Amino acid sequence: MDEMKQPLLMKKGAEASLYLAEWHGRKVIMKKRLPKKYRLSELDEQIKTYRTIHEPQLIHEAKKAGVPTPTIFLVDVKSATIIMEFIEGKQVKQLLSEATQSERQRLCFKIGELIGRLHKYGLIHGDLTTSNMILNSEGTIFFVDFGLGEKSKELESRGVDLHLMKRALQSTHFRFAEECFNAVIKGYSKVLGSETVKNVLHKIREIERRGRYIAERKRVNGND
Amino acid sequence: MLNDNKMKEKENGEHYCLGVESTADDFSVGISTFDGEILANIISAYVPSERGIHPREAARHHGEVANKVLENAFKKARIKPRDLSIISFSQGPGLGPCLRTGATVARALASYLGIPLVGINHCVAHIEIGKLKTDTKDPVTLYVSGGNTIVSAFDSGRYRVFGETLDIALGNCLDVFAREAGLHQRVDEPFGAVVEKIAAKGKKLIHLPYTVKGMDMSFSGLLTAAINLLKRGEYKLEDLCYSLQETVFSMVTEVTERALAHTEKKEVLLTGGVAANKRLQSRIKAIAKEHDAKFRVMPREFAVDNGAMIAWTGVLAHTHGIVTPIEESFVRLRWRLEEVEIPWMK
Repeated sequence: MDEMKQPLLMKKGAEASLYLAEWHGRKVIMKKRLPKKYRLSELDEQIKTYRTIHEPQLIHEAKKAGVPTPTIFLVDVKSATIIMEFIEGKQVKQLLSEATQSERQRLCFKIGELIGRLHKYGLIHGDLTTSNMILNSEGTIFFVDFGLGEKSKELESRGVDLHLMKRALQSTHFRFAEECFNAVIKGYSKVLGSETVKNVLHKIREIERRGRYIAERKRVNGND
Repeated sequence: MLNDNKMKEKENGEHYCLGVESTADDFSVGISTFDGEILANIISAYVPSERGIHPREAARHHGEVANKVLENAFKKARIKPRDLSIISFSQGPGLGPCLRTGATVARALASYLGIPLVGINHCVAHIEIGKLKTDTKDPVTLYVSGGNTIVSAFDSGRYRVFGETLDIALGNCLDVFAREAGLHQRVDEPFGAVVEKIAAKGKKLIHLPYTVKGMDMSFSGLLTAAINLLKRGEYKLEDLCYSLQETVFSMVTEVTERALAHTEKKEVLLTGGVAANKRLQSRIKAIAKEHDAKFRVMPREFAVDNGAMIAWTGVLAHTHGIVTPIEESFVRLRWRLEEVEIPWMK
């Protein structure tokens, strides 16, 4: 880490800070989980260590599943730092707002396919928002930030993962959230097949009903 | 004829809105001027002698105290029913029987006085009174109570939900744990405060599931785990309370911070019954500072469920053309925050 040249703070996220830096002649991202004063140091240490170890593992596994992710160069558990490839491109979050309808459909379909590959391989991203997806100049979509990910093939985890995607679309791209999510599901279905999709969609509805104050719950349980 | 006289009187004087709140265990009436001066805020809490809130029992309490609370509110505000311009009420979300009791009181008043009725979303009201009382303009709001756990911020005409609980509310989690531990609450010392006091003596952090799924949180598994540990009897209650608090507060703080980082807003507002907890306040304050945002916490009187917030939001809604005809004033038990349009924000 001593070879690091001029780290530049790119994004101060809630969970970690991202620095753009040069490392052995490469442009890299240094992801550093800083201590959170609001957490007890014991709990903070546990969470930081766990996420610093698991994130690179999942990023690596995702590649095997056929999902483009940044290459990991170095992991330092002690300082809770990960050094990885810098993906040059645009966040899908920005692109979706600027894109035409057909471009949006195409992007979302592709995202659905990538989520499908992750899930098929037994990986859960854990934070599927459009700011965690980057499109590079060659048209490849990269998934980043696996800090909240896990390994699971359970329907519940898959449902929660996709439910999150749906919620992210609704809160950031509410004008076309529905058409986007439908395209995501189409792409997802291409990888996992209609039977699994049916189950996952059913699960998503179940998760939504678990939430508080969902009108649909009333009809299903008929308890009001 | 009667109407004409009434209007004349009002043209000369101040305009007032009376708000009725009854979503859960509190029955409350507040009176606000159109400028946001709160003239009265009378709260009558229903405290069950044992177990949790039984909706029907709570509703019966509300019916019993309604008259007295109304009377006290008018007395405190030093106005007469005829001085009112609008009646507003909590239309949802909340417990059915409780909501219906409040709605009945509000409908009766509005039709008797011949003035407009306005149905208000309870969660919107918490945010609006928060902005009024803490002088914030456009905050990220963390609303934590026995019934709600919501992180929200305004965007494109509505308060968007950035994170929320996937199952039970944070306050509910603390309440149930306290009850299982055989603790007792009083009107002036709710379970949250009891747990906070005991937790202050705790030192040992016991591992409990920390469940943040993206922006959302889950407390039910954590609660079950904590109760199981309690029943095993191997740990001190103070350490369990301490660990429970530390874990759930870290979770909501993480989610609030993510909303703050995402929206880049410059204000954070903490409200709801759990906002009274000093430990939680210090956490939220710390993340606000880290993101150069102003931190504001609601004073208890306006952080818990109260009629004043309904009255003030009634003023905002009505002055922006919102009226709820009596035939459409049915209560909405699961009315989501993000369903409500907010025309008074840019």
